[in-house]
Amino acid sequence: MIQKKKPEGVSVGQQMNRTGIGASPKDGKKMVEAAVADEAAPVDGKKATSMRRFYLEESDAIGTMPPPTTVKGAAKTVKEALTGTKATVLIDKVAERMAFERTGTRLYEAILTKHEVLGSFDGGPSAEDLKHIRDEEFEHFVMLKKTLEELGADPTVMTPSADLAGVEGMGLGQVLGDPRTTLAQGLHALLVAEVADKAGWELLIALAQDLGQTQLVERFRKADAQEHEHTRMVGGWLAAHTSAAAKVV
Amino acid sequence: MSLDIFKDRGVPLDEQRFTWRELVQPPYSKLDDDAFTRVRVILMNGIESEQNRFLHALARLNRDLRLAAARVRRVDHHQQTLVNWLNPPDQSALETTIGFEQVAIEVTAAVAQKEPDEYLAQVYRFGLLEDFDHLYRYSALMDRVEGKDANNILQSYSDIRPGRPTAVEHRAPEDDLRRPYDRKKASPLTKLNALTIMAGENQTHDYYMTVGPTFADPIARQLYAEIASIEEQHVTQYESIIDPDETWLEKWLLRECNEVWNYWSCVESEDDPRIQRIWQRMLDYELGQLHFVADLFKQVERRDPAEVLPQTLPDPIPYVSQRDFVRATLAEVPFRAVKEEIGQLQDSAATTAYRQHMNSEGAPSEAIAAGYVWQPGTELAARR
Repeated sequence: MIQKKKPEGVSVGQQMNRTGIGASPKDGKKMVEAAVADEAAPVDGKKATSMRRFYLEESDAIGTMPPPTTVKGAAKTVKEALTGTKATVLIDKVAERMAFERTGTRLYEAILTKHEVLGSFDGGPSAEDLKHIRDEEFEHFVMLKKTLEELGADPTVMTPSADLAGVEGMGLGQVLGDPRTTLAQGLHALLVAEVADKAGWELLIALAQDLGQTQLVERFRKADAQEHEHTRMVGGWLAAHTSAAAKVV
Repeated sequence: MSLDIFKDRGVPLDEQRFTWRELVQPPYSKLDDDAFTRVRVILMNGIESEQNRFLHALARLNRDLRLAAARVRRVDHHQQTLVNWLNPPDQSALETTIGFEQVAIEVTAAVAQKEPDEYLAQVYRFGLLEDFDHLYRYSALMDRVEGKDANNILQSYSDIRPGRPTAVEHRAPEDDLRRPYDRKKASPLTKLNALTIMAGENQTHDYYMTVGPTFADPIARQLYAEIASIEEQHVTQYESIIDPDETWLEKWLLRECNEVWNYWSCVESEDDPRIQRIWQRMLDYELGQLHFVADLFKQVERRDPAEVLPQTLPDPIPYVSQRDFVRATLAEVPFRAVKEEIGQLQDSAATTAYRQHMNSEGAPSEAIAAGYVWQPGTELAARR
């Protein structure tokens, strides 16, 4: 039987979480008495470390950065033109943020569908709240795409950092896409995304400052302020939800 | 519920159809459903997968049977989809892997105890001890790389401890072949047991080959490569116990019967009413397919299906913990296989040379589980 979504996260009726050892008092004891090690293999961790060491030393990078496509264009639009390693580092991190904001837009679209069907809770978000954040995520994506073009980069490239941002976020989409998760459970995934996003913007601003990109710093600060607001909003909804849930129980 | 496969005709093949929504139903709950619900889902996905594999081979080698095979196979494909899609999205590939090994342990142990042919019962016990060890190695991987407890999946039904060490399971191909049963003398249960375990092991192999490269950790990638290799050996072993002289239609008819028997076993043991209704529907479809193939058998081979099918189905497969039997079987860990024989034997020169080479740069199953002792809540929970 599938756990119904109300009340959230609490067992109802005859359903029971069976994952813990306490759910099987007799069999659980047998599990513990049976557990022994492979006598032929002592704990030393050396074999595991040595295997990993080989791959750590021999593996190539995840991938590389492509050369800028329009160097001429870059010189025109970015005041303090960048070249070489500096440009590559900046482009990789801008592309990372762009990928994150693009996925973030889709995550908010997913929660909007959940919200439309399941409704909200006391102290929870309205559809307008969620649309507002979704729209800002989208605007950030558009702004970063433009930034990449101004830097002479191809915004359709998946850079190494953009790729890893996608890997890091894999669980978020799983939580939001699952029809069994509640609005609050989806919001928790979004909180993880927002906190990571906020930290990502701070790093990007620091990098742009280091590279003397004052125009970009100004642009990024506006987005960063909005991300702080997103984090505060999502965190507030979740706090209201957990507080109400604890009172009910 | 008793079942008479000659009288119960199920749903006619022409009426077996699905919508996309029917194919994609809400999954079982990883947290709340009984572990044996997952075991049944994993095994039945394997049974359907085997039917698809078999009917493709049949169609490629039998001009006149291509249409009949295509019709039955289309339904089997959709049945497999419906069953496999019952796995929930919060269940990771490694968690599903733990489920696969629980299938291999509990179902093989159940089959081994009911198998009337002592030689084949020995073959099942031999394979069982190897899958039992895989569970220990994968549990160590889950604990030490992901920080998770494999018993969240096993629900205390299956012990986590070493079996025949995976590193010594590697054998030369000639030591993985067994003696097939004789199609004219073997009991129907012997044939159904063999088809069931072969199907389960083949799907296990295919699953590890699919998910292995999705892992990042080098030892995880190596462990899946190592255990997938053993599953390839197991498929070799289990397909070799089936009489290769059965005709194509005889094999098809037996497979339909095996699907009926397996779904019936699921219906009988399922405690989730929604999933039980799915098993019942699949059973009714399989009965229809069995009669479709029985008619084909009569037309093409001019033989009575009763020559091949059991008069009454064997008892359903019991879906309960086989802990005591598995523990007793651990006494056979030192057994080795040489050609078709299993027992207290010395490995063949071919196996020794093969194994030494494969393990010469280290065995991941040893590296990941060095000194591993399962603890409730992971080994970190026991550390102060």
